[in-house]
Amino acid sequence: MTMRPDPTFHASPKLAMEAPAETFAYTVLLSPDFSKPDALAVIDVKPGSPTYSKIVHTVTMPNKGDEFHHFGWNACSSALSPLAGHAFIERRYLIIPGMRSSRIYIVDTKPDPREAKIHKIIEPEEVFKKTGYSRPHTIHCGPEGIYVSTLGGGGKDGTDGPPGIFIMDCETFEVLGRWEIDRGSQTKHYDFWWNLPRDYMVSSEWALPPQFENGIVPEDLLSNKYGHRLHFWDLRARRNVQTIDLGANHQMALEVRPAHDPVREYGFVGVVVDTTNLEGSIWTWWREGGKFHIEKTATIPPEAAQKDQLPPLLQGFGAVPPLVTDIDLSMDDKFLYVACWGTGEMRQYDVSDPRKPKLAGSVRIGGIVRRAPHPNGQAFAGGPQMVEISRDGKRVYWTNSLYSTWDDQFYPQGIPGAEVMANASPGGGLELAKDYWVSLPDGYRAHQIRLDGGDCSTDSFCYPSA
Amino acid sequence: MNVSAADWTLAWLWLAVIASGLYHGINPGMGWPLAVSAGLMQRSSRALVAALGPLAIGHLLAMLLVILPFALLVALVDWQRPIRISASLLVICFGLYRLIDRRHPKALARIPPTQLGLWSFAVAIAHGAALMLVPIYLGLCREADADTGHAAARALIDVNLTMAVLVSIVHASAMIAAGGCLAWLVYRYLGLKFVSRSWFNLDTVWAASLVLVGAVALAFGLEA
Repeated sequence: MTMRPDPTFHASPKLAMEAPAETFAYTVLLSPDFSKPDALAVIDVKPGSPTYSKIVHTVTMPNKGDEFHHFGWNACSSALSPLAGHAFIERRYLIIPGMRSSRIYIVDTKPDPREAKIHKIIEPEEVFKKTGYSRPHTIHCGPEGIYVSTLGGGGKDGTDGPPGIFIMDCETFEVLGRWEIDRGSQTKHYDFWWNLPRDYMVSSEWALPPQFENGIVPEDLLSNKYGHRLHFWDLRARRNVQTIDLGANHQMALEVRPAHDPVREYGFVGVVVDTTNLEGSIWTWWREGGKFHIEKTATIPPEAAQKDQLPPLLQGFGAVPPLVTDIDLSMDDKFLYVACWGTGEMRQYDVSDPRKPKLAGSVRIGGIVRRAPHPNGQAFAGGPQMVEISRDGKRVYWTNSLYSTWDDQFYPQGIPGAEVMANASPGGGLELAKDYWVSLPDGYRAHQIRLDGGDCSTDSFCYPSA
Repeated sequence: MNVSAADWTLAWLWLAVIASGLYHGINPGMGWPLAVSAGLMQRSSRALVAALGPLAIGHLLAMLLVILPFALLVALVDWQRPIRISASLLVICFGLYRLIDRRHPKALARIPPTQLGLWSFAVAIAHGAALMLVPIYLGLCREADADTGHAAARALIDVNLTMAVLVSIVHASAMIAAGGCLAWLVYRYLGLKFVSRSWFNLDTVWAASLVLVGAVALAFGLEA
């Protein structure tokens, strides 16, 4: 318990943008063959520091086979919610779920991120027992504690009952139980986020565990059996109030990115692939007249390729799909970054007019066929994947691995872990920073990145910027 | 003009009603940031003022709910002393409970942002805001009853009920005046940075205030 709100909590997105820049980036490391324990890397991102763009500390977990993927802070700017009436917690602990094991690690980053250590481990049995869910994924710090989305229900293969969201206490990290009161027709899960003062949540669908744990199932994809719906929820009442089907060919609706400014009642979601033409797409959803609406607002075409350049999975198509596997919205809601993991491109869209995204910048790196190197000459395997934007919007960080078994199908030659950064111009335009290249330890891949003091996919706000 | 000790006591008690109102009003936990948020979200100072209404009514109802039973109780003239002592002990115990159990009632976060009145009511009850007023109210009743002498029970209840409503209204008015001024200053002049900068953890002070009010009332109650 503190006497003042954490100085990294900001009332509005604008105040968050004006705060001091990040000095550490936390990145989860994954042992793709499960031969080593997964780990958390602490990377120095302070320009001019002698250890700039290097790992300065690693927290290695005591178990193997957890499969780290997404993670998040125990508390963020949402703690300034006037309804919660109690802002006295610290942004201090990283909540790191093992997506394969359902184990959850709580890592303490204070007093010094270079000495971060494990604070608590929540064993899978506790998650199973108290929630009936498995395979924890997205973490968001919210009004009643920490919200954790899961990809699996009960049972060995996670198909006994639908997956959903559960809540953890943000100080004791006790698993409190299921969040939903009425889930409506929701049976698959992936990402979720909200607008706190407007009191709604949006959630998306990826797949059930048998559809992803041992790799993508081509028959399921071609018969459109992956997720393709968005669910809109009454946040406080915990009810699903509306479900919108994007059309079955729009397979895998993943990251949900609402505008940070709570006055703006819209947001975005990325769709990995359209099974009719291999396009990736960006969709804009908004609320109007008490109802939610959605439309496809940008598409990214596949790129033709010779059969012998393609992995067996794609040889029948003669093309590389862009595979939009992550999107992230800048704090001022101006630029949307779109990771095209298949074609090896990071796109920057100007979304000042949210229903008319304009391509403003692009960086080519990696890719199944292109294999574009980093400007420093290093080979970049895989493609741009999890992306995180600095609070001030000037630096965009990303890694290159998607998910252990899927990496092997799309990039059979392997994906040595890499983390890079691009500088974004205020008016649009993106350029890779030559001096930012994080060498990850051998045998590890990297997935999500979190910045100290908060970032564009962590913090949610209760007051507008105006 | 002669000002008697009783007049002084009366003045101090009314001052305490107003002071506790101001104290509750400036505490962000009692809702002024919600008025700021309402004003900013709708880009209108009218929305800010409109939000103050339900906040004030919720607080007022919480006061009445807690004080009114005491208004009926103190009509039992023979039991005045034990009632006062029990009320003081109740306030002290609640303060001590808040000191020991530091967990914030997270259920409050379940109330939707559209239900400001309900939120204000629940917050005031959960934090013992209304309880803080009980010993002050009982003190005022004693002063008033001293004037009416041994009137009939019916008359006493009327006096006490009127006093309960009066105390609640004066307290809630002071509360919303302080909170409203602060909300307006932040909205118009100080900016949102003030929300996080000015927010001090008052939990300990709040719990201590409850214990203090209870202890003072207990001392008077035992003396009488």
